[in-house]
Amino acid sequence: MTDTPDATVVTPPTTVPNPGSGAAESGTSSAQGTGVIETENMDVFYGDFKAVADVTMKFAFNEISALIGPSGCGKSTVLRALNRMNDLIPSARVDGEVRYHGANIYDPSVDPVEIRRRIGMVFQKPNPFPKSIYDNIAWGAKINGFKGSKSDMRDLVQGALEQAALWDEVKDKLTESGLSLSGGQQQRLCIARAIATQPDVILMDEPCSALDPIATLRIEELMLELKENYSIIIVTHNMQQAARVSGKTAFFNVELDTTGQRTGYLVEFSPTDELFTSPRMKATEDYITGRFG
Amino acid sequence: MTTQTPQKSPLDYFPTEDEYQRLLDKRTRRGTAVRITFLLMLAVAVVGLGILLYTIIDDSFGIVAVVNENEPEDILAAYGYDPTVTVLSDLNKEQLVEVLAGSISSGVGRRLEREQRFFADRLVFESQAKWDEVCASDEPPSGCGGGVRSKADVVALVEERVIAPDIIDASRLTASIFNPQRFKDKVEADFLTNPDRYEDYTFDQVRFQWRAWFSWKFITSPASDKPEIAGVRTAVLGSIWLVAITVLFAVPVGVGAAIYLEEFAKPTRINDFIQTNINNLAGVPSIIYGMLGLAVLVRVLEPITSGSLFGDGAPNGRTILSAGLTLGLLTLPVVIISSQEAIRAVPNSLRQAGMGLGATKWQTVRSQVLPVAIPGILTGTILAVARAIGETAPLILVGAAGFITVSPSGPFSQFTALPIQIFQWTSLPQEEWRHLAAAASLVLLVLLLSLNAVAVLLRNRYSRRLT
Ligand SMILES: Nc1ncnc2c1ncn2[C@@H]1O[C@H](COP(=O)(O)OP(=O)(O)OP(=O)(O)O)[C@@H](O)[C@H]1O
Ligand SMILES: [Mg+2]
Repeated sequence: MTDTPDATVVTPPTTVPNPGSGAAESGTSSAQGTGVIETENMDVFYGDFKAVADVTMKFAFNEISALIGPSGCGKSTVLRALNRMNDLIPSARVDGEVRYHGANIYDPSVDPVEIRRRIGMVFQKPNPFPKSIYDNIAWGAKINGFKGSKSDMRDLVQGALEQAALWDEVKDKLTESGLSLSGGQQQRLCIARAIATQPDVILMDEPCSALDPIATLRIEELMLELKENYSIIIVTHNMQQAARVSGKTAFFNVELDTTGQRTGYLVEFSPTDELFTSPRMKATEDYITGRFG
Repeated sequence: MTTQTPQKSPLDYFPTEDEYQRLLDKRTRRGTAVRITFLLMLAVAVVGLGILLYTIIDDSFGIVAVVNENEPEDILAAYGYDPTVTVLSDLNKEQLVEVLAGSISSGVGRRLEREQRFFADRLVFESQAKWDEVCASDEPPSGCGGGVRSKADVVALVEERVIAPDIIDASRLTASIFNPQRFKDKVEADFLTNPDRYEDYTFDQVRFQWRAWFSWKFITSPASDKPEIAGVRTAVLGSIWLVAITVLFAVPVGVGAAIYLEEFAKPTRINDFIQTNINNLAGVPSIIYGMLGLAVLVRVLEPITSGSLFGDGAPNGRTILSAGLTLGLLTLPVVIISSQEAIRAVPNSLRQAGMGLGATKWQTVRSQVLPVAIPGILTGTILAVARAIGETAPLILVGAAGFITVSPSGPFSQFTALPIQIFQWTSLPQEEWRHLAAAASLVLLVLLLSLNAVAVLLRNRYSRRLT
């Protein structure tokens, strides 16, 4: 199921490039060096409604990239377009290109199942399966053809839970339902579940929006740890969070177009410290200083 | 906004404290009135169901007026027992067989013996030579296979063949408990006013005794034209076969179709059209399904439904298979619709979670969506199958037999079913059949409840696993 012809160049790299090498400063220029994911003139439609227009950006390897912007500007839409989760919405359609390791993931020869296995996702609302904590994590590995023995699986589950800083809290109740955990624990379970399938990139849509500050901090610590092995793209409404964890930040805005539609667009995509200290665009400055809208 | 007078604040549009209290009282009263109305509606439903159950049970037990061909007391006395302290089953088996042999013709005796022997070491009605010959034939009767009639079996035979009770009238449960005398008076009056009706009997011969129309014996006896010994075994087995075929056909097909429509079908014109038609089919009267079953399953597909294509049975399409599939088709739309509802109720977040991990659509549906949907699917299926068990009209069309004593042996058997049997019995004039029909209704209810219980157990097992 996960085997697709070699024509689709989506195998993850065996050697992960140095995060610093993808040093494209400008969000719009296509400078030398490839990112792990690149979009080029990407439009996303829901039916006839153009939700976001003309997004061109390059996400670097082993870096946390943050997407910020006002509500309804299309951050979730962009995020879902990066691993073809938009395919689950019947009316959604993507124009332009999204390249993963240089290959367009919207090419007809690409199987979206494989894309989602490489580019994992953590959703805004924790959504553990109504199964045991153990099965929540083991399932993803199983369906992706995990070949190890039972004890290998146990190691995998433990490893994922440890990485997600949840192991100590649940090690004695792995057979209990994932739904019996608190909201913050559930979210970490979802992160553990996403890591366990060994993705290459992790997309997170406001992963901390339902969490208290302590749980939020733990997840931020976790992201900084995960950065060593994964590339992370995170949507957040919390600008401090973006400032704390991300290397680069993209600011999206929404504008009424000529036909009266509210279409989102990328304003700027810069290194986080630059974006927050000396934004290049007026709209960005208004937004981060709270003078927005 | 600028025209607004400065004194007007939004608060002025809300009721004052007093007005609010009155309003609140009114709202509370209205709520109470609605609650009481709903409670009354519930009461109506409960009373209706109660009355139904009461009539059925009332008819299923009671005092009957019986005339015996031979009185058990005479039999006991003939063997030197005191009839006031002994009963028939106190006789030993030898004596009972002797009583039987003394009353029935040797032809009937031989038939009974060929069905099953009375004794292991000797034959009663048949000569050894003849027995050996019969057993050596191509189709030896069941009695040759060994096994001996139990004493209880012989007692039953004596009761049926020797005592041969003839129920001439029957009374209901409540009447039998509270006013048994009235029933006796009525029977006596009948003898006086209408002597022709009971020409062979006198009132002195009539005995009044309790009878449970609904009994284990009733469930295990085959149909008969004598109400005294008629049972519903054939019909119960027929109904069980029908349910099995209905479930085996409608559940996999229905759930499969529902999964396809909910999870895989794109919202194209054709799929919308199919969906609309399924919804409409759920409302089609069952007699139409009977006509469909008759035209297609019984007639056109006769080689398959009669089993003659597989070398099994005569080319007659009026079989359990035809009827079961007809009921399956009748059930199908409801199973599809309720399964769709159940699948639709599964939160999308689970699908996203599954697909987000790199699962295929089917893996996600199989492992995440279906387990959550199964309780709902089962609930809908229970209702649909329960409806099918009680269906009569389509069965009549596809040729359920009204009177049949042979238990169905497979999907290609002729058959009858409980509702058919009930319908049959209620259309007969004598009082006794009405009681039998009531008892059969009780059997149908029990069958229904036990099937539901199984389904509810299954459902609970699934629900528990989820939480
Ligand atoms: N499934 C959908 N069908 C149709 N339109 C949608 C759908 N999802 C989102 N939209 C529209 O697309 C636009 C962008 O939505 P999106 O959810 O991407 O915003 P967002 O930036 O994530 O907002 P928030 O910060 O509130 O989560 C909105 O106008 C929204 O109404
Ligand atoms: Mg969003």
